[in-house]
Amino acid sequence: MGSGVPLSHADDPRLLLLAEKDNVLVCREDIAGGERIYVGGREITLARTIPRGHKIARRDIAQGDKVYKYGAPIGSAVAPITPGDHVHVHNVKSDYTPSHFFDIQEVAKK
Amino acid sequence: MTLQGYLRPDGRKGIRNIVAVAYLVECAHHVGRQIISAFDGQEVHLIGFPGCFPNAYAQRMMERLCTHPNIGAVLLLSLGCESFNKYSLSKVIEESGRPVKTLTIQNDGGTRSTIAAGRAWVDEQLEKLALDERVPMDISELIVGTVCGGSDGTSGITGNPAAGRAFDALVAAGATCIFEETGELIGCEEIMADRAVTPELADELRASVAKAARYYATLGYGSFAPGNADGGLTTIEEKSMGAYAKSGASPISGLIKPGDIPPRGGLYLMDVVPDGEVRFGFPNISDNAEIVEMIASGCHMVFFVTGRGSVSGSAISPVIKICANPDTFRRLEEDMDVDAGRILEGRASLDEVGQEIVTLLRDVVGGKPTKSESLGHQEFILTYKSFEPIGPACLPA
Repeated sequence: MGSGVPLSHADDPRLLLLAEKDNVLVCREDIAGGERIYVGGREITLARTIPRGHKIARRDIAQGDKVYKYGAPIGSAVAPITPGDHVHVHNVKSDYTPSHFFDIQEVAKK
Repeated sequence: MTLQGYLRPDGRKGIRNIVAVAYLVECAHHVGRQIISAFDGQEVHLIGFPGCFPNAYAQRMMERLCTHPNIGAVLLLSLGCESFNKYSLSKVIEESGRPVKTLTIQNDGGTRSTIAAGRAWVDEQLEKLALDERVPMDISELIVGTVCGGSDGTSGITGNPAAGRAFDALVAAGATCIFEETGELIGCEEIMADRAVTPELADELRASVAKAARYYATLGYGSFAPGNADGGLTTIEEKSMGAYAKSGASPISGLIKPGDIPPRGGLYLMDVVPDGEVRFGFPNISDNAEIVEMIASGCHMVFFVTGRGSVSGSAISPVIKICANPDTFRRLEEDMDVDAGRILEGRASLDEVGQEIVTLLRDVVGGKPTKSESLGHQEFILTYKSFEPIGPACLPA
């Protein structure tokens, strides 16, 4: 692994931690729904397939809490989020302008 | 790093020797397209402005583009009754030392006659330009831009930071590098302001992002497309953090607006969001609008980082496409110059891909065509906007 970004040993190696402060992890490749994987040192079962480039929660994120990626806030949770949950447009909103997407259910399913 | 370029009378050097065919209203577009169709595979590019109403921004952009160092001669195409000031544009091109000719369709016999006259003139110019010799060009004479488009969750992890490493190497070597775009830096304003060379510039950087946030809030959309969400990006500020990575880590020397040419080497932010009340619609209607603005500010070449897979190139300046997503690269390899997704798969480091981009840049300066050039991509778009001049704190003293 030569990307120069830190990898947490407490997480599945297919998950990328970009900054220590982050409460999300980025999937380096598609991870299938139903797989049991390590997140933040705990073993969880993925509720759905998470595609490459998408995020899952590293720890509990309460409704209204900031979501951190790259060590910077990227929005606020609009629902309670638990470790291993897909973190996306269905449970996070921008603190600036709304995001534009076609169908929240479709995006959340992918 | 010693390069080679075509010396222009204004002292700037170009890395291509192109005849530009420029329509000055949409009504002259077809004639222009027909003229360039006779020169497929040659350095004849179509640019233009479609509007019939006057616009100071469009006039200035066309002046900058027609006198870009990669341009050797210009054919202007007028219908005859449009508002565009072809006299003043022609004068600016002539004063730059370039051959220029204006054809006016209403006076020159209509579609067929104008196409024939245009092709004959372009033919003559190509013959003359073919005699030009390249001269040594220093890296400090090179201007490079970077944009990202069709971004996904990989863009900010691989392609953008790799482009940032390349920018760091180029800035350190004395080149001028330009990044954008303030609407995609929303959420990054404070960390970006910390890199400004003066406190006054830091204020200008913050103000430019605040202006973008206001502008987009009025329009009701951020710079965020459905494909971004499919690719795993959730909010504009997440997309911004990824986009910001392509600026690298050098100090920020200045803030420019489209058409402003940086006075010397260093890293510059381009503010593409219009000034004043919201008019004329979206500030960056597509990636090529930003690419055209970077070229108007003198970019010889543009790095284009994509995750979802843009296939665009550009008129005037070569575009190097850096593919952030390894799956996309495998699907669209014929369109991609750099496979930055290797970083995600542990097959290359950020530094290695950054170095690969710099090496490719040197080859492209030397004449090697990029993938989009080989495929004949010459996208171009220019629409209505309005800007105030930049303030004194925006440029290095």
